[in-house]
Amino acid sequence: MTRKKRRLMILLLAGLGLATATALTLAAFQDNLVFFLSPSDVATRHPPGDRAFRLGGLVETGSVERHTGSDGRPSATFRVTDGPNAVTVTYAGVLPDLFREGQGVVTLGKLQPDGSFRATEVLARHDETYMPPEVADALRRSGHWNPSQGAAPPAATWNTAPREGRSGG
Amino acid sequence: MDHPLAAATGATPTRPAVGGRNLHRFANPGRFLRATGKVLPVLWAAALLVLGIGLAWALVFSPPDWQQGETVRIMYVHVPMAWLAMGGYTGLAILSVMSLIWRHPLADLTARELSPVGAAATALCLATGSLWGKPMWGTWWVWDARLTSVLVLFFLWLGHAALVRAFDDPERGARVGAILALVGFVNVPIVKFSVDWWNTLHQPASVARLAAPGMHVDMLYPLLICTIGFSLLFAAVVLARTRAAVMERRVRALQLARARREDAPA
Repeated sequence: MTRKKRRLMILLLAGLGLATATALTLAAFQDNLVFFLSPSDVATRHPPGDRAFRLGGLVETGSVERHTGSDGRPSATFRVTDGPNAVTVTYAGVLPDLFREGQGVVTLGKLQPDGSFRATEVLARHDETYMPPEVADALRRSGHWNPSQGAAPPAATWNTAPREGRSGG
Repeated sequence: MDHPLAAATGATPTRPAVGGRNLHRFANPGRFLRATGKVLPVLWAAALLVLGIGLAWALVFSPPDWQQGETVRIMYVHVPMAWLAMGGYTGLAILSVMSLIWRHPLADLTARELSPVGAAATALCLATGSLWGKPMWGTWWVWDARLTSVLVLFFLWLGHAALVRAFDDPERGARVGAILALVGFVNVPIVKFSVDWWNTLHQPASVARLAAPGMHVDMLYPLLICTIGFSLLFAAVVLARTRAAVMERRVRALQLARARREDAPA
């Protein structure tokens, strides 16, 4: 075995060991690497009410109620859903621009005794679709997509659609 | 150590295998400088041309996003920088394998000159991502798996750049740096798949996915042109830095040779 072959073998073995160690470590920390819990996670794990955690999911259609307090501060109540389960969230503060029904959100807060979630922070979660406004309008007009009902239809159906009625640049 | 390039090529007394000989052809600094001297101006010109077309298309002529509006244009810098950060690091890992197995002197030099450029691309990726996150998500930064693993990638670039320069003997620095680069390579698949393995605030991949790209072609094409342009620019900067490093070593070798001649008069 030449020196080069020996160095190659050592490198391959070290790489294999390192990859295994990393995979085992990541598998062991799987739960801690989760950025947010879904409403179904909340239903099965029952996180204690004294600890803050993040709750993530889609804003349920028709669930958003915006209020303005007597001091003029805005607040909102809405439900965060992942399909099978949903949690009611109350939040006092300004919602991000991307917040809307059907949008993904991540909220930070604590579970209340009545099962609702009191959020101190609401972040909007963008999905992986990038669409010009004309194409989004065309999909809505033709009834193929209602953004407040959830994710856009499969990309292959619209990502080469012509941009009709565009008003330059 | 007065002529590391020649010394390292001479360190393989047995006749190199065919692949090895091809690999070592460009270890000759003169040949490397002659060959890349012709390539580099073409690379600069191509980079500026493609980047000019790509940025004009992306920043002026491409449509806004239906939801994000004009802010989506940050993507045309953010995404190429993210790909370059990961692709460049993969290149660093390949150079490190060449350095450790074949002791290729040019791989050492290129790796040394690559890491500051890679760190700059990663820093730009993080900065543009932060500027994009504030208006869209509502926060400059969160500690989710994607953002954190990219920050680790940035520190790996910086660590490599610092480590290879921390030794008096440049060859030892290159060895240690190559080991760090290869150990750090486990982070690259973590960056790539973090959005699939864990739930994150960062959205999953739009372009590189098995289903059709989740992006309209009027945004996808300028993004791809910008990516090619930034990649050419990245390659040109790294090549220019490597050529400068080769010339620097030559100058130092010549100075040492002259000093030795003057010390020992015939």
